[in-house]
Amino acid sequence: MTHPALPASAIRMSGVDKWFGKMQVLRGIDLTANKGEHLVLCGPSGSGKSTLIRCINALEEIQAGLIAVNGNPLGRKGANADHIRRDVGMVFQQFNLFPHLTVLQNCMLAPRRIHRISEAEARDKALHFLAQVHIAEHGHKYPAQLSGGQQQRVAIARALCMGPQIMLFDEPTSALDPEMVKEVLDTMIGLADQGITMICVTHEMGFARAVAHRVIFMDKGEIIESAAPTEFFGAPQQERTRAFLSQILNH
Amino acid sequence: MNYTFDFTPIFLNWPLLANGAWATVCISAISMALGLACGVILTALRMAPVKALRAMAIGYIELVRNTPFLVQVFFIYFGMPELGLRMNAMEAAVLAMTLNCSAYVAEIVRSGVESIRKGQIEAGRALGLSTVDVYRFIVFRPAIRAVYPSLCSQFILMMLNTSLVASISAQELTYAAQMIDNQTFRSFEVYFVLGVIYLILSQLFSVGLRLVGRAYFSYGPAADRDPTAHARDLAHEYVTRS
Repeated sequence: MTHPALPASAIRMSGVDKWFGKMQVLRGIDLTANKGEHLVLCGPSGSGKSTLIRCINALEEIQAGLIAVNGNPLGRKGANADHIRRDVGMVFQQFNLFPHLTVLQNCMLAPRRIHRISEAEARDKALHFLAQVHIAEHGHKYPAQLSGGQQQRVAIARALCMGPQIMLFDEPTSALDPEMVKEVLDTMIGLADQGITMICVTHEMGFARAVAHRVIFMDKGEIIESAAPTEFFGAPQQERTRAFLSQILNH
Repeated sequence: MNYTFDFTPIFLNWPLLANGAWATVCISAISMALGLACGVILTALRMAPVKALRAMAIGYIELVRNTPFLVQVFFIYFGMPELGLRMNAMEAAVLAMTLNCSAYVAEIVRSGVESIRKGQIEAGRALGLSTVDVYRFIVFRPAIRAVYPSLCSQFILMMLNTSLVASISAQELTYAAQMIDNQTFRSFEVYFVLGVIYLILSQLFSVGLRLVGRAYFSYGPAADRDPTAHARDLAHEYVTRS
């Protein structure tokens, strides 16, 4: 029931509250991501940014508010979650590749089980996306035989094999050695050009400048500021944003 | 000591021992396979989201682990016919061993499942896989790998426990030895040789299980494991062996 004049929103969160026991980690989150939009979430650790994106694909349950993905509301207790997860790919800080499956098998498992496509078709698709992240030649290897940067690129390809319209990145470069950060960011920049909606939790401000349509700053479970990168970095409105930026950009 | 050792009557009866050893191997192998399958199902029930299923599984596991195996064997062989379930000694032996084994396997496998990092499950969920698929395709193999040494020692222990089913005249290795003893009165020699045969069998099983493990877990190092899991395994090993 979206208004025809408005661009259809890929993700809509309104009034989302999330508690871990007695601790409130998200407070009244209102956030909309339009189709094809790229958002970067940043903020001090413990600010709730990872929790926020984990709510979108129902890895975390919310206690109040609404979340809708492509217009489909996410039910309580994860109802509708499997449906929504098919449209939403996720890349984790720790890669989370399946260690007992080869790179190719990692990419083929979900499409085969969920889309019920043939092995040959799944293989073609996997090779296509592995080529896109420049790692097709390692298809027969096991994750433990790859570097961190390579593993993370495989994780991106694995998510892409499901044909998601939305990609969530949860600090995808934080667990990487410095020399591998670039290859992963380059892959993500390549994705951004393809019209996928992206929400990325990261402290890579260079990436935010290059790719984000909006940068969102969170602190203590709240969205403090949301602005286009030029404004966000050039003229932050909120004191807390300025304090945070001075800390991470000051060296 | 003027006892003269005489092993000839035992070697003369080698076909009896060979048949008995073969029966022991068969009972053990079948019970291992069935026990593993039942144990995995029991683990699933033990971790099910429905409380009644969990309670049933826990009740069963505790019952089996806190009663003597010999009593379980007697119950199945002598007790069940009263309810109309009649079996020959071999069938009763395999059933008792399977039921017994499944409870121990379930506890071991559960500790394996719990050692798998949450991120593995989340990655599967995030891809849209169902809970059953996540456990079947993502958790199962690394979980079994994590506890494979414990599983193997449990299997060996079970193979040695087959000697107890001689008490319901299941014609396995110990039963064969008892028959030879009864005929020859060469108790020392009979039970000495019996012990040696069990030792050889457990070594063979040990090698066999290691080869199976090597083939099934041929992927790289176990990077999927929770770092605290190893300590828990050792603790478990200690508990199951003592």
